[in-house]
Amino acid sequence: MSENTREFKNPVINWIEYRLPIFSFIDDSVGSNYPSPRNLNYWWNFGSLAGVTLVIMIATGIFLAMNYTAHVDMAFDSVERIMRDVNYGWLMRYVHMNGGTMFFMAVYIHIFRGMYYGSYKEPRELLWIIGIIIFLAMMATAFVGYVLPWGQMSFWGATVITNLFSVIPFFGENIVQWLWGGFSVDNPTLNRFYSFHFLLPFVIFALVFLHLWALHQHKSNNPTGVEIKGDADTIPFHPYYTAKDAFGLGVFLIFFLGFTFFAPNFFGEPENYIEANPLVTPAEIVPEWYFLPYYAILRAVPDNFIDAWGILPVIITAKEAGVILMFASIIALAFLPWLDTSKVRSARFRPIYKQLFWIFVADTFVLGYIGAHPPEGHFLLIGRIATAYYFFHLLILLPLLGKYEKTRPLPESIAASVTNAGPEEGQ
Amino acid sequence: MGKFFIAAGLALALAFGGIVNDAAASSGKSAPSQEWTFDGVFGNYDRAQLKRGYQVYQEVCAACHSLRQIYYRNLSEIGFSADEVKKIAAEFEVPRGPDDEGETHDDGEEIMRPAKPFDKMVQPYPNEQAARSANNGALPPDLSLVTKARKGGANYLHALLTGFSEAPEGFKLQDGMSYNVYFPGAQIAMAPPIDDDAVEYADGTKASKDQISRDIAAFLTWAAEPELEQRKRIGIKVMIFLLIFTAMLYAVKRRVWAKLH
Repeated sequence: MSENTREFKNPVINWIEYRLPIFSFIDDSVGSNYPSPRNLNYWWNFGSLAGVTLVIMIATGIFLAMNYTAHVDMAFDSVERIMRDVNYGWLMRYVHMNGGTMFFMAVYIHIFRGMYYGSYKEPRELLWIIGIIIFLAMMATAFVGYVLPWGQMSFWGATVITNLFSVIPFFGENIVQWLWGGFSVDNPTLNRFYSFHFLLPFVIFALVFLHLWALHQHKSNNPTGVEIKGDADTIPFHPYYTAKDAFGLGVFLIFFLGFTFFAPNFFGEPENYIEANPLVTPAEIVPEWYFLPYYAILRAVPDNFIDAWGILPVIITAKEAGVILMFASIIALAFLPWLDTSKVRSARFRPIYKQLFWIFVADTFVLGYIGAHPPEGHFLLIGRIATAYYFFHLLILLPLLGKYEKTRPLPESIAASVTNAGPEEGQ
Repeated sequence: MGKFFIAAGLALALAFGGIVNDAAASSGKSAPSQEWTFDGVFGNYDRAQLKRGYQVYQEVCAACHSLRQIYYRNLSEIGFSADEVKKIAAEFEVPRGPDDEGETHDDGEEIMRPAKPFDKMVQPYPNEQAARSANNGALPPDLSLVTKARKGGANYLHALLTGFSEAPEGFKLQDGMSYNVYFPGAQIAMAPPIDDDAVEYADGTKASKDQISRDIAAFLTWAAEPELEQRKRIGIKVMIFLLIFTAMLYAVKRRVWAKLH
């Protein structure tokens, strides 16, 4: 056998391996030949959970696509047909619907974990940035997907969000009409959104491969944030983390399917069970929960274009500012590796950062709460304070903190941290 | 420095807690929770109640409200026999469609045939304009998904149907509108549709206003979620499987990791 292939017991596998070394590739990627830090806690489960959820979304989505009709006159009823007359159509649809929520939950926890343990720091900056791109692709996929059932929120959500592009200087209006394929959200819009909704998950899939490729270059970060220094610091991915991930998946599925079977509409908006009607604006236009913090930032700017009752846009500078802030809130995350100037990765050894981290988490929850309410009175004021704090944390606090914070001494190595510190969390 | 930020965070949280109760009053009073047979993990529909609910729909609601996602054949799921479903369907007429010569009309009149179980339920109005003109400009919503399309679901329906009252002093009620605290804005175009003994139940149940409201809310919950019983039954099996399987995975994980210590 040549150098980069390996000897297996099964002759068929050896025959394939000699010609296409896929088995050693798997073994090197998620098998016994991939060394992982020995101290990863359960917060490290959420990457694989997000990956599994992506596969579940694609699998259920394929079956839904077989029965869905992308036409403004038929879309709503075709979804109801899936719910009522297609064998187990309700199951596919409810799993897909709740899967979106679970995907975002897993990814949000995954992102916060990266922030807490400083996983984005050198040399994992690209790994982090690819992750942010995956997150953006997920948001686009979720947005176009939500339009497909053609309920009231589908239609009005699409109207509000596509209108954001009208802030682009000079060409804004043209771009919005180009996106719509007409002069309002209508049948051509629904058709292209369906096409995008089918395409984007496969783009995400490809990005996930890049994400893993970059991960395997320098291996996982770990709760100490100290790099792997020798064999004593690592254990093979299989069987240790395959077993741990499998258990985590079991717990996750209980949560996921618990909602799917017993409260499938818990995360949904009742209004979306009313068919889209361009002549009737809902009392409040609210996105799905996972977009609420961004929606709050969008509406935090004074005199925003979406007033309390969702009257259609009037171009004003405040609208542009809201849109720019909303996109900036995500783009800023991509710059975290440089905004966070501390040499120490893990919040375990950064006493002040640890507190700031939790305040930042609380701030995003406040933004989420504010996003669900009309931007008036107290809601608007608190939304503005929370928005300001979001950027204050990322753009001011983090760069300064790295320079002035007194960090705790780091352990010699991962192995040392495990043996000296008694029982380590999460093992 | 850290203490300062914790204090700041607390201040933010307190300010935020203070506004939680400011919720918009215009969205209607929230409906009190009722007991339903279809609640909970083991919930089931009460077939007798669904049949009564269907009777209420047909005798009271169907004059104005459509149920356009439902086929007559679906009624067999709530306990009507195949023959009964055929008989129910045959009471309604649908356009016959073109015959061998392509005729759909006879002397300007559309040719009709009795409905069959595979037909969708006949709607009270041919189009939105007809519905509005018959209802003082208001559009009676389709009811096939109404319990999923309103916050509170069946509780909301029951509260709405029993919640009509005199408008309080000073409340400006528009012409032809009724006062109902559970409806957003408290003005509803629907006149109180149900009173005691508005229907005479075939199964002899006493038809109080409360009972009728309960029965129609249950029936419309079924109309919106006909899969509910199957969903919960499968869900229980899936949960039992997952709990056992996950416990086993935990044991495996413990065993594998035990080698490390």
